[in-house]
Amino acid sequence: MRNTAMNMVHKLAARDERVLYIGSDPGAGTLRAMSKEFPSRHLIEGISEAHIIGMSAGLAMEGYVPYVNTIATFLTRRCYEQVAVDLCLHNLPVRLIANGGGLVYAPLGPTHQAIEDIAIMRALPNMTVVCPADADETTRLMEQTLDWPGPIYIRLAKGGDAIVSKAEHGFKIGKAILMRAPGEVLMVTTGIMLQRALAAADLLASQGISAGILHMHTVKPLDIEAVLAAIRGVGLLVSLEEHVPTGGLGSAIAEGLIDRLGHGLPAMLRLSLPDAFMHNYGSQDSLMKKHDLAPAGIAASIQRAVAASGVSTPQLHSTQAR
Amino acid sequence: MIQTSPHAEAAQTRTLDERSLYLRRLVLGAVRSAGRGHVGPALSLIEIVRVLYDDILRIDPKNPGDPERDRAILSKGHGCLALYALLADRGFFPLSELDGFCGPNSILGGHPEYGMVPGVEASTGALGHGLSIGVGLALAARMRGRAYRTFVLLGDGEINEGSVWEAAMGAAKHGLDNLVALIDYNKLQSYGPTDYVLPLEPLADKWRSFGFVVEELNGHDVGALRGALGKIPATLGRPTAIICHTVKGKGLPVAESNADWHHKNKLTEPELDAIRVAVGDF
Repeated sequence: MRNTAMNMVHKLAARDERVLYIGSDPGAGTLRAMSKEFPSRHLIEGISEAHIIGMSAGLAMEGYVPYVNTIATFLTRRCYEQVAVDLCLHNLPVRLIANGGGLVYAPLGPTHQAIEDIAIMRALPNMTVVCPADADETTRLMEQTLDWPGPIYIRLAKGGDAIVSKAEHGFKIGKAILMRAPGEVLMVTTGIMLQRALAAADLLASQGISAGILHMHTVKPLDIEAVLAAIRGVGLLVSLEEHVPTGGLGSAIAEGLIDRLGHGLPAMLRLSLPDAFMHNYGSQDSLMKKHDLAPAGIAASIQRAVAASGVSTPQLHSTQAR
Repeated sequence: MIQTSPHAEAAQTRTLDERSLYLRRLVLGAVRSAGRGHVGPALSLIEIVRVLYDDILRIDPKNPGDPERDRAILSKGHGCLALYALLADRGFFPLSELDGFCGPNSILGGHPEYGMVPGVEASTGALGHGLSIGVGLALAARMRGRAYRTFVLLGDGEINEGSVWEAAMGAAKHGLDNLVALIDYNKLQSYGPTDYVLPLEPLADKWRSFGFVVEELNGHDVGALRGALGKIPATLGRPTAIICHTVKGKGLPVAESNADWHHKNKLTEPELDAIRVAVGDF
């Protein structure tokens, strides 16, 4: 996914002279081919994220479309005021390509795990937040970034993630994709939770629970219309995210539902990481499993919620996983 | 004892010409109308902004978006009253707007906003942002082959922010001789003396060691400012830092070097009288 995103920056740069790559101190050889073909538009600016965001704002004011790239935590926590003021307040077309969203850097510990990035980025006016599920979807997303009017936060996963997105579904920023028709349950995913949801849906099917999947690659602006359309006749709405429970996809959906429905909210289960820093290392997968975000854990949580509610129609209460 | 340092000269500058007094009347009139405003930080800046907008910047108030215009960013956004006075006087917007400063329907807030105020290049107020944006503007000029220059006005307290020094390294890396950092060195930040809060000295050496050509001058000396700003780029391939020794609250004795006048709420009658004595009826 990361290589795909980088290669797409190179391709877009070949197509459009406004495109710049700006890295802080990326891995050796990042976009080497681009650095040779377009040396003046391949900028490595040092471990100075606050400065890089401001500089990108200045370049965007002059008509460039900078693609800024470093590790997700440093693009969000480190330079939050610059992102808020320089990019969002000025509403400039800077693209933040965040390596290792979620638990990708599990072995490196909590300083490198971007588990609240969606919340803090989506809190900012004018910001768009997109979490592609795989490399193919990343390609389709990147194609749309050239002329999107404001800043975009792009949360990349590990790379090598199973390809589950489909070309025939197309891709439009802000437009959710219905991956499986809703059943008793509707799961709404973002990023690489789509792969887990697909596997969990199979497990649930084997247990006689039909579960649909709506892939919400864009968390902001949120396609709440797609959620409203998909929950008709659904007994349990489930949000799935590799993120703390505060302010992410589940929160966004709940906010959207309250704003649109006011009353008669569907039963909802928010599956996420806990409200905690991760002190275990291992791998992205091992941490996901520990926090019941692997397919078996997801299926079990949903099964319990369905059994507890005993419903097959929308209910007037909501539940939370933990 | 004869003192000849720019710092001593700034302190000893006793006479301000009529234009400098007029601009101070505009600033203080806005503070009187609004019942609030950063007085000290604006008064220390007046001559710097005046020389920039009167003599140096290639700008057209009738065409504020001209791609060839020089860019100026007031990174110490809390000094905005000085900028507003100049922009209004130069015709970017009507002088009457100054009376609405900080009002609910005004374009002029307590910090300048891009898109709200004609002539304002960037929204500032949070400190430590302007020089990085300036690096981006200056680099864009280089990449696009444009001749415009970029001037960034920084406060001395502002350069406590680490991001300023990140930007300084970036400016030097790219050899941005079309970029000028002007430091309003009035030696007094919100709490008290810069020497007490976070010492900056040796300030000129710091900027030099970061790769800048450095000039120090009396920031209330219009002639010295014209001389220094009239020769940009100062050295090919290197950005310029001009350390402007100033006095916070300059021109208003009750406010000079007085931290209580950093931000002022409603002006009292004795204060208004003191202002009239210092700068004339307003």
